[in-house]
Amino acid sequence: MKESTRRKITSFSLVSAPFVWILVFLFIPYIVMFTYSFYVKKYPTFIPAFEFVNYIAIVSDPQYYQILFRTARIAFMVAGSALLIAYPLAYFLVFKIRSDKLRAALYMAVIVPLWVSYLLRAYTWKTILGSEGILNSLLVWSGFLDAPTDIFLYNQFSMVVTLTYIFVPFMVMPIYMALEKIPGSMVEASKDLGVGPFRTFLRVTLPLSMPGVIAGATFTICLTFGDFVAAFLVGGPNGAMIATIIQSQFGATLNWPLGAALSIVMLVIVLSIISLSDRLERSGHIDLG
Amino acid sequence: MNDIIQIKNVSKIYPGAITAVSDLSLAVKEGEFVTFLGPSGCGKTTILRMIAGFEIPTNGKIYLAGEDVTEHPPYERQVNTVFQDYALFPHMNIRENVGYGLRVAGMSKQDIKPAVEQALTTVGLTDKADARPGNLSGGQKQRVALARAMVRRPKVLLLDEPLSALDAKLREAMQVELKQLHKQLGITFVFVTHDQKEALVMSDRVIVMEAGRIVQSGTPTELYDHPVTPYVADFIGNSNKLYGKVVSADAAQVTLQVGSHRVQSTPGQTRYSAGDDVLAIVRPEKVRLLADGEDPRNYSIIPGIVREVLFHGSSCRLEIDIGQQQLFDLDMQLELALNTSDIGGPGTSVNLAINSDMVSVFPIEEDNV
Amino acid sequence: MKLSRSQIQERIGDKLLSLMATGAMLFLYIPVLVLIVFSFNDNRSLTLPLRGFTLKWYEKFLSNTDMLTAIGNSLYVASVATVITIVIGTVAAFALDRVVFPGKTVFRRLVLLPIALPGIITGISMLNMFKLMGINLSLETVILGHATGLVAIVVTQVFARLQRFNRRIEEASSDLGARPWQTFCYVTLPNLRSALIGSALLSFTVSFDEIPVTFFLTGRDNTLPMYIYSTLRRGITPEINAVGTVIVVLSLGLIVLSVYLLRESAKE
Repeated sequence: MKESTRRKITSFSLVSAPFVWILVFLFIPYIVMFTYSFYVKKYPTFIPAFEFVNYIAIVSDPQYYQILFRTARIAFMVAGSALLIAYPLAYFLVFKIRSDKLRAALYMAVIVPLWVSYLLRAYTWKTILGSEGILNSLLVWSGFLDAPTDIFLYNQFSMVVTLTYIFVPFMVMPIYMALEKIPGSMVEASKDLGVGPFRTFLRVTLPLSMPGVIAGATFTICLTFGDFVAAFLVGGPNGAMIATIIQSQFGATLNWPLGAALSIVMLVIVLSIISLSDRLERSGHIDLG
Repeated sequence: MNDIIQIKNVSKIYPGAITAVSDLSLAVKEGEFVTFLGPSGCGKTTILRMIAGFEIPTNGKIYLAGEDVTEHPPYERQVNTVFQDYALFPHMNIRENVGYGLRVAGMSKQDIKPAVEQALTTVGLTDKADARPGNLSGGQKQRVALARAMVRRPKVLLLDEPLSALDAKLREAMQVELKQLHKQLGITFVFVTHDQKEALVMSDRVIVMEAGRIVQSGTPTELYDHPVTPYVADFIGNSNKLYGKVVSADAAQVTLQVGSHRVQSTPGQTRYSAGDDVLAIVRPEKVRLLADGEDPRNYSIIPGIVREVLFHGSSCRLEIDIGQQQLFDLDMQLELALNTSDIGGPGTSVNLAINSDMVSVFPIEEDNV
Repeated sequence: MKLSRSQIQERIGDKLLSLMATGAMLFLYIPVLVLIVFSFNDNRSLTLPLRGFTLKWYEKFLSNTDMLTAIGNSLYVASVATVITIVIGTVAAFALDRVVFPGKTVFRRLVLLPIALPGIITGISMLNMFKLMGINLSLETVILGHATGLVAIVVTQVFARLQRFNRRIEEASSDLGARPWQTFCYVTLPNLRSALIGSALLSFTVSFDEIPVTFFLTGRDNTLPMYIYSTLRRGITPEINAVGTVIVVLSLGLIVLSVYLLRESAKE
């Protein structure tokens, strides 16, 4: 067989196998979901149709759009508080730990929980914040409270705390990588020019670490948007997220079309956030060479 | 002797109309040590890769031992390559690296072992057989690459600038070793380099390339003494460039007017007429200074004033101002009878004695000015 | 020695920073500690003070057949999903690295999408499709869901490794007479080893703990996280702490190994 023909056949099969998989299991499902969003609920399940009724319900019924706003609010709060905790930690690891080995070990210690069960990490806060939980018994035992209180759990506070806990490692990773890329000589040059440490941070380090911050924030906001596990464990009725509503459409309510429509809305929101952050990153892109 | 490689009208054109090699034809005889010489981008590496099979010619054909291999993949050709960066397999030790070619050919372990041992002995690395490439020096890696390519007894060994990453002393030593290896093995070597000294030291024949074409092909001496274009003269060895006009030309000699001086040259292939603009090239070591009171005989004489004396260890170079802002380089060996104190310093008046055999004349075209 | 104002500023800043960093590390690990400690606590409810050391919660979960079946299911799903995703992901990484084809950017975006989007979207979209095609939900549909979501992990790691790959050694192999499949097996794959194993371990762990996609694609058989999820509907028990501790410890082990391997591959 001619060499050039052989190469062409190999290239073709190389591209086509994953392509087919992606087509069948990623692309087509989105199309199907989009189609379903136009179907209509009809007792006991739903029927094919082409109606906008689901989308209209989403924008007109407060039951839905209020939850969307609440989810967005929680997502941004989580990103904010995770940032506040993650940034100093990342900065400390990159700039204040001299030993490479120690830094690698500590970095691993921070990142590794990222991959350990989301469910369990959310679960631990359920046990800590509950009225029968650790926090309460600690406060009662130490005399701060007379009796256990239930203000810690089943509300937006517990959602933000739990999700922040889960996403801090997600934030540390890109910020750490961005800070690592900053040449130490730049910080030194700034100080050499007479700029104090704090202002050096504000003027040099922080702007250069922005791509990492944006990446981490985007990731956190997008994934928080889709959370229903934490909502189930610590959210309660007050902390319900959009994903919880979607979930129930596919459960007892059997309103798949509405669920599909809500999912499409979520998909659009999340994709917009991603492309917005892409644009932000590209416009502020500084080549560190 | 047969032609082991025949390249017939081969071109390689990349997307974007980038021509790397243009309608090139040549033949390599069995057992020759041939070097492709030229600057980066002249196409020499592309030719090598086409012989090896990593690139397919856009046009033309390539024959190995009479067989048309133009479309054959590298693993179907009986040639082996020594790469510029050695390309040793990092996950195998030296023994496994060298034996790789035999292993994929299906040879049994018992047969591979002695062949590998012999190859390693030839390159002098038997003690490093169990080491990994990462632990070897550049020179050692180079030998492993050689051993690995040789062990399969290819018809042709291709070497792609294998010495360019080595330091000067090691390079020189390796050049000699490669030449000896070539004699010892008796197989054809095709070598690629941009270093003209290297080409001259090792090769039976040198092929000078420029912009995808062959400019001149010949023995090192031929190229050095009789370059056919200023490009070759300039690329190989050092040269002084003198621009002038032809005064008269006949079968015996060509007389040039260079500035206010007359220079004689032996006629080459080109027919010149009076008034032609030419470029005369003279090598620095082919000129001597006329001694005081010496008879000029049939030398062309150019007077000048010494500007600078540059000490080069075993030789020295005089930069001589011959008028019209032209500096002429003259190299002389410092021998027992002559040392720097014997040579006049800057400001000395001298006379250059130029033998007409040592002057190469070329017509002036746009691209060699 | 008198310190300048900016030096004092720097010192205070440093101290503050160390405080914040320590606080952050504590924040990250105290809940895990709580999980582990209470798995050994002899008390049905998770309150302080601690009562006594016991292994009964571990005994309980080890004798819980439903849970053990769920663990078996999870192992089955994670293993098969990992194999599929390694094959698909490696092929995709090669395609992205070496082949020029139209729509490359779109292809790459699509492949990486499941990791950027909430799992619920992947889960629901695939559920919709299976429904439309009339396929019943089972562990096999879960496997397909996981494989699709995990491809991104393998592609990013293997692609990154391929970008750093010195193709000359493949040329050398071919030059020495190796056919393409020989070059692939003897030269290419061994040099990808740490990237492949690292991403395999990571994929396995993620699959094992996965919920959002699994939730929508599970049939009658539960995976471990789904089992725990449904148990939690009924309330908290220290039994969950026990199984949780085991999962956390094993996951940590696998992930440390995987991250180590992936860092090694980054150095190659």
